Amino acid sequence: MNPTLDLLYRLADDQLILGHRNSEWNGLGPILEEDIAFSSMAQDKLGHSLQLYSLLRALGEAEPDTVAFTRNAPQFHCCQLVELPIGEYDFSLTRHFLFDHAELLRFEALATSSYEPLAQVARKLRGELKYHALHANTWMKRLGTATDEAIERMQRSLDFTLPYALGIFEKTDAEAEIISSGLFVGEDELRGRWLESISKVLAQTALEVPDVLALTPVMGGRYGQHTEHLQPLLDEMAEVFRLDPTADW
Amino acid sequence: MLTEANSHQPIGKSQILEWLQAVKDPEIPTISLIDLGVVRGVEVDAVTGKVSVHLTPTFAGCPAMDYMKRDVERALLAHGVPAVEVEISMREAWTSDMLTEAGRQALRQHKLSPPPVIGNQVFDLDFLEYAECPNCHGNNTELRTPFGATLCRAVHYCNDCRQLFEQFKPV
Ligand SMILES: [Zn+2]
Repeated sequence: MNPTLDLLYRLADDQLILGHRNSEWNGLGPILEEDIAFSSMAQDKLGHSLQLYSLLRALGEAEPDTVAFTRNAPQFHCCQLVELPIGEYDFSLTRHFLFDHAELLRFEALATSSYEPLAQVARKLRGELKYHALHANTWMKRLGTATDEAIERMQRSLDFTLPYALGIFEKTDAEAEIISSGLFVGEDELRGRWLESISKVLAQTALEVPDVLALTPVMGGRYGQHTEHLQPLLDEMAEVFRLDPTADW
Repeated sequence: MLTEANSHQPIGKSQILEWLQAVKDPEIPTISLIDLGVVRGVEVDAVTGKVSVHLTPTFAGCPAMDYMKRDVERALLAHGVPAVEVEISMREAWTSDMLTEAGRQALRQHKLSPPPVIGNQVFDLDFLEYAECPNCHGNNTELRTPFGATLCRAVHYCNDCRQLFEQFKPV
């Protein structure tokens, strides 16, 4: 695939799928404040995906609605991390923490992308993503220093989620060209910055950070290999879309 | 108004801006779109008199953009502008520094704390935790949650007044 399309599909699909997962917390949050936070982040992420699908549209791809709501799982380029069900709050929080640190750093790097339309969108999104990272940090620190039970739960979530989080940085065949053309600094560079960033926060908690780079990453998502959880989510999204194609995202 | 609309002279840009001052944010009725900083450009076609307005969203997922677009179209058409085209883009991404001084005052009137001016300072995560209490104007405050009633609002707590208040987020 053309490197720009390849990169944009990965970015947009991650935002769309995690946006829909976050919206599932509506009415289920452990406290009202968290209910609102996850709904707000969902709204942000769906807005971000729409911006990115619009960039794809400008490059000749199908309409954002068509791209978002009519493809099947093998045509999605999201990492597997974002498609996992919301589970318990401690998993959703851990995923949010690990994903949004990568996302903030990714869009900070994309702000100087050689593809100017993407750089423009990135300069906008990075400001908003700061709030996602801030929110995640606050709760990781709060729960990661709370009762023994809370710490144990967060530790289990962290151990479970880290291999999936490494899948964020799965490279595609276009990687070399993406870097050489100045589109993006590349996944290895991003992973290094991410590890530094999450480690700083985790060091302020009682959580133990394993040797992250020694873990086996959960890969495949960027090539359309997904968990059994993605297709049912896509079916549900498509159904809502078919019922009311004019509904807001 | 009628004389201008009836003449064949296109309406001047300053007149358009004046009319746009009356178009308010759908969620915060004290602030105009101009003072909010979301109007990034106005052009008048010298031949047809068609007015093009460039808007940019405060937050990418802002649900009020469609309403803003509609309100701009309605306001200008009501003033007799022959045709209006509103474009929404991120060519000039909105930052909270685009709020005008009048805009900050309008936020205060609506009991919303205006965002601190970022300027050349490093806009790091610590920055997001700073707010000015709309009641005592002090900054002995703490961030309670970065996600308030709408995407553009955070909730802070004033330790001196012992009450929660909303802030228009810096971004
Ligand atoms: Zn106060």
